[in-house]
Amino acid sequence: MSEYPRVLPVGETAFTVEFGDAVDVALNRQVHALDAALRAQPVPGIVETAPTYRSLLVMYDPRVSSADAMRAVLLNALGTLTTSVLPEGRLVDISVHYGGAWGPDLADVAAHCGISAGAVIELHAQPIYTVAMLGFAPGFAYLLGLPEALATPRLATPRVRVPPGSVGIAGAQTGVYALETPGGWRIIGRTDLALFDPAREAPFALQAGDRVRFVPL
Amino acid sequence: MSNPAILEVLQPGALTTVQDAGRIGWARYGVPPSGPLDAAAFAAANALVGNPPDAAALEITLTGPTLRVERECLIAVCGAAFDVWVGTLPVPLWHAVYVRAGRLITFGARRSGARAYLAISGGIALPPFLGSQATYLPGGFGGLDGRALRAGDRLPLGAAAVRDLAQRAGRVWPVERRPPYTSQPTLRVILGPQDDYFTAEGLATFLTGAYQLTPEADRMGARLRGPSITHRGPTGIVSDGVVAGSIQVPPDGQPIVMLADHQTTGGYPKIATVIRADLPLLAQCLPGDCVRFVAVNLAEAEVSALNIAVTGL
Repeated sequence: MSEYPRVLPVGETAFTVEFGDAVDVALNRQVHALDAALRAQPVPGIVETAPTYRSLLVMYDPRVSSADAMRAVLLNALGTLTTSVLPEGRLVDISVHYGGAWGPDLADVAAHCGISAGAVIELHAQPIYTVAMLGFAPGFAYLLGLPEALATPRLATPRVRVPPGSVGIAGAQTGVYALETPGGWRIIGRTDLALFDPAREAPFALQAGDRVRFVPL
Repeated sequence: MSNPAILEVLQPGALTTVQDAGRIGWARYGVPPSGPLDAAAFAAANALVGNPPDAAALEITLTGPTLRVERECLIAVCGAAFDVWVGTLPVPLWHAVYVRAGRLITFGARRSGARAYLAISGGIALPPFLGSQATYLPGGFGGLDGRALRAGDRLPLGAAAVRDLAQRAGRVWPVERRPPYTSQPTLRVILGPQDDYFTAEGLATFLTGAYQLTPEADRMGARLRGPSITHRGPTGIVSDGVVAGSIQVPPDGQPIVMLADHQTTGGYPKIATVIRADLPLLAQCLPGDCVRFVAVNLAEAEVSALNIAVTGL
């Protein structure tokens, strides 16, 4: 694979700026820094940007900017990119009912990790996580910072329905479901906080770059 | 203000949804653009009836609706070739058609294609959600209560931008500006962003093979079946951004073209992206139809982008 960062075409209406191919805090911070830089000084032609774990998707209007000009803008932004000025995201506390009907996979995660259910809860509620990205479905929050001791593979067979607010683990990731969707993450708890509420003025409770702390109920 | 005129749904058809040019600016929250799968037919229909390019219209899938409109209006039906009547008169596609108040608009047999767009002067005027009326069925929002239309639904219409309805009637969308629909389209793609995840043979297979549309094709994406595309190493990537036209290749080597209701991120390497100008050709394919892919460079795709109405832009 070529050297990172790399600026790659996604059709004729977008570029992806890849910083690597890993789930990694420092790498994700670079994504958010580029996103912040492009939003701070709007670039003619850019329609919207979407941060992911390891890349920034930059969608543009080819009638306003040529691909060459857009690529040059992105390379230039990369050249002056610094993560040191990226402000810390908002800290959002999310109350979680762990286990029981809210977290049907808590016991399996505990067994897989060779610790008690109580220890899983304690470990999971310890870190301050970073929202790496929202994706998959509206509002689904992918979080960075899961303690290694809690890494657990996805379910062999995904559930047809996972209730909104479900807090899950998939490999080294943890996340929160915003909508009722199918899903294969191991569900260890549920929050009453609506991550997505169409009726709310700000329909999404979280944005990429926010920090999250889970508070056991 | 007086009450808005109403477009009444007597029969909904198999899957009829309200779509505008798309919900732009929310990808960072995981919200796809939605909007019409065939943006070219959608844009033509709106233009014919004198609407702005982002006015909300109906996307009609496989079988058409029966509708009644309370006020005189212009309609245009573009895209899939349906038989359409206003009252007892058959009306042509890709035409601006004058409709007297109270007349029935009836869809009959479909001759070819999968999706037609019915635009109506003034456009559909439902409350927007996140800035758009586009229906996103998986999320249950946009359009009318986030769902497909049902018999008995009543859609409010906006004020027509043009007054000379009868004079505009009869206008035709030029044949050379219509997408060259076929059941065996060759779709132009720009390789990447993860084409380096595939072997040289895998890339050659992708660019020479015929891929059949499977029944698993909806507004989220079109699963294709054909010669297996081989990965070089890992068959997954750390989740990365997706656009309409992104072609994901899961471990089974069978490509999936993501469409307007796509998930915003995905964990399969993307071998290529279908250019915007050619998405309408795929949107009109039916299960069993065969597509091929041909690689073009960015400069070539840019020329096509300048020549078409691009959804959401």
